[in-house]
Amino acid sequence: MSPNHPNPESIPVFSPQLAARFDALVQKYPVKRSALIPMLLYAQDEVGYLSDAVVAEVARRIGITELEVRNVATYYSMLRFRPAGQFNIQVCTNISCLLRGAYEVYERFQEELGVGPHGVTPDGVFSLEEVECVGACCWAPAVQVNYDFHDELKPDLVPGILSGYRGKAKAGNNGASSLEKKANSKEPHA
Amino acid sequence: MPRLVSHPDEVKIVSRRFGMGAEKIDRYLELGGYEAVMKCLAQDSDWIINEMKASNLRGRGGAGFSAGMKWSFVPRQSAKPKYILVNGDESEPGTCKDHLIFLHDPHSVIEGTIIAGLAVGAKMGFIYLRGEYRYLLEITERAVADAYQRGFLGKNIFGSGKEFEIITQTGAGAYEVGEESALMESLEGKRGVPRIKPPFPAVVGLYGGPTVINNAETIATVPHVINMGAAAYAAVGTPRNGGTRLFSISGHVERPGVYELPMGYNLKKMIYEVAGGIRGGRNLKAVVPGGSSTPVLLPQEIDIGMDFDQVGKAGSMLGSGGVVVIDDQTCIVEFALRTISFYAHESCGWCIPCREGTDWLKKSLTRFHAGFGAPSDIDNMQYLAENMLGRTFCPLGDAAAMPTIAFIKKFRKEFEDHLNGKPCPFAREGVLQLTVV
Repeated sequence: MSPNHPNPESIPVFSPQLAARFDALVQKYPVKRSALIPMLLYAQDEVGYLSDAVVAEVARRIGITELEVRNVATYYSMLRFRPAGQFNIQVCTNISCLLRGAYEVYERFQEELGVGPHGVTPDGVFSLEEVECVGACCWAPAVQVNYDFHDELKPDLVPGILSGYRGKAKAGNNGASSLEKKANSKEPHA
Repeated sequence: MPRLVSHPDEVKIVSRRFGMGAEKIDRYLELGGYEAVMKCLAQDSDWIINEMKASNLRGRGGAGFSAGMKWSFVPRQSAKPKYILVNGDESEPGTCKDHLIFLHDPHSVIEGTIIAGLAVGAKMGFIYLRGEYRYLLEITERAVADAYQRGFLGKNIFGSGKEFEIITQTGAGAYEVGEESALMESLEGKRGVPRIKPPFPAVVGLYGGPTVINNAETIATVPHVINMGAAAYAAVGTPRNGGTRLFSISGHVERPGVYELPMGYNLKKMIYEVAGGIRGGRNLKAVVPGGSSTPVLLPQEIDIGMDFDQVGKAGSMLGSGGVVVIDDQTCIVEFALRTISFYAHESCGWCIPCREGTDWLKKSLTRFHAGFGAPSDIDNMQYLAENMLGRTFCPLGDAAAMPTIAFIKKFRKEFEDHLNGKPCPFAREGVLQLTVV
């Protein structure tokens, strides 16, 4: 943290729930820095991306420099420095999915959303990207929307999936599973 | 929820609790859970390690190293704490078995981790799941919390006076982190680049302490080995290849799925009987037998037993048990390009032969598949791949080079058919040109 940086304590970067979760996370490991990658991912889940404020706050909590945080974060493909849609659609096109029509599914998503690779819809509800193997090879082609898996897809199933998430977007549900919400305030060791 | 499959030839050991609600601790206990760890608490560490050695359980991550041997390398005395590390980073394309283990039977991983801890004298274990498996992490965290609540984990496990802690961890998207030393870097909050070996993890691992790192399937198998007895477990498989394996069969088969079959089960039978044969009555063109990094086999090469030694003899590898079946309507050049695009994307960039090699292979194959290849490209790609072999810091370079060499050697004619601006013979109407992630 640079000396002229405003005191991050005064920046409401994280919700009280997430802040509490981080307090538990940094206690959890034999070495504090082990909390870094989970913290970045959970922060991204809440804020939407790794903003400068998020990076600064995580660096402060771990006790490393912002540069170190960025050095690590840029390595991991799930971490991003720009906002994605509220529902980030990740189409696996790796070999098992490729063989069972992943590109046809990917193309249908592009048509339905009117966006290309890494595009975000103008309303900010959806973003679309092609990703590497998500570990659902036997249920291919597979797509992840945020953390939800959709298995054995066909292009014709795409509109239904999208309308399901549009409904959730209207309801203000960010797609985090109910299990996670329950677990948010409680660490396993508590 | 991923679909579960079943076949009469299956021998369900690791998967025996799948679909039975065993993610709940009471159900797991009803189904014989945590009996193995209690048995181990009554024995000494040598007994556990000897059982593991005798079981011929070999590493399910892909390398196929004896789990018992690996455990025996951990020094008895250590100034630094020892650790058990469960590799649930499952990222090898074609592999989705650990997905089901964490979904249906997370307590078997916890129980196996505790047993590994008792065997080597570690008091702490980590279960590392890839970041994409968030819902599985939540299930595993719940299972760990339940185990603490029952006193199966903590300062006095099962009232034995022994201590064992388990910490769960999420990745954030990186194939390379499945490599053992890269996983340790990631767990320490760093970029997932591999470490130089030696020293091996059994001597200097996580936080500098002696560390046992095993694949999630290996660890989930441990309680079953203890319950069945090493000899009974070993008897299920072939010589030097104990037990069963979770085979993830994907691609152009009628019934893709994760099937648990004895080690040494015939590959041809696996495809044509267990998985129902080639989809739509088409013909088989090729099989990737053990995840995308393993050299492709031709239809005349698949009458082999699926264990580490027999697949090795056939010129490929059993790897992670991801069997990817390819029919005769598939362009092998496109398949090779998609395979290599993955490795180019996932190369961590730490060492040059891998970073540059995967990138050049991807560029060459992209150009080639688009119809702008030169005849010399075929030999150049092979030469490039052969020169990556064994020259990289970690096995990712080999993982990219080995399948490339096999694709070119075994399908040279198909590469030649793409020359002189000819369109891909398998081009599909209305399908996007293969883009690169």
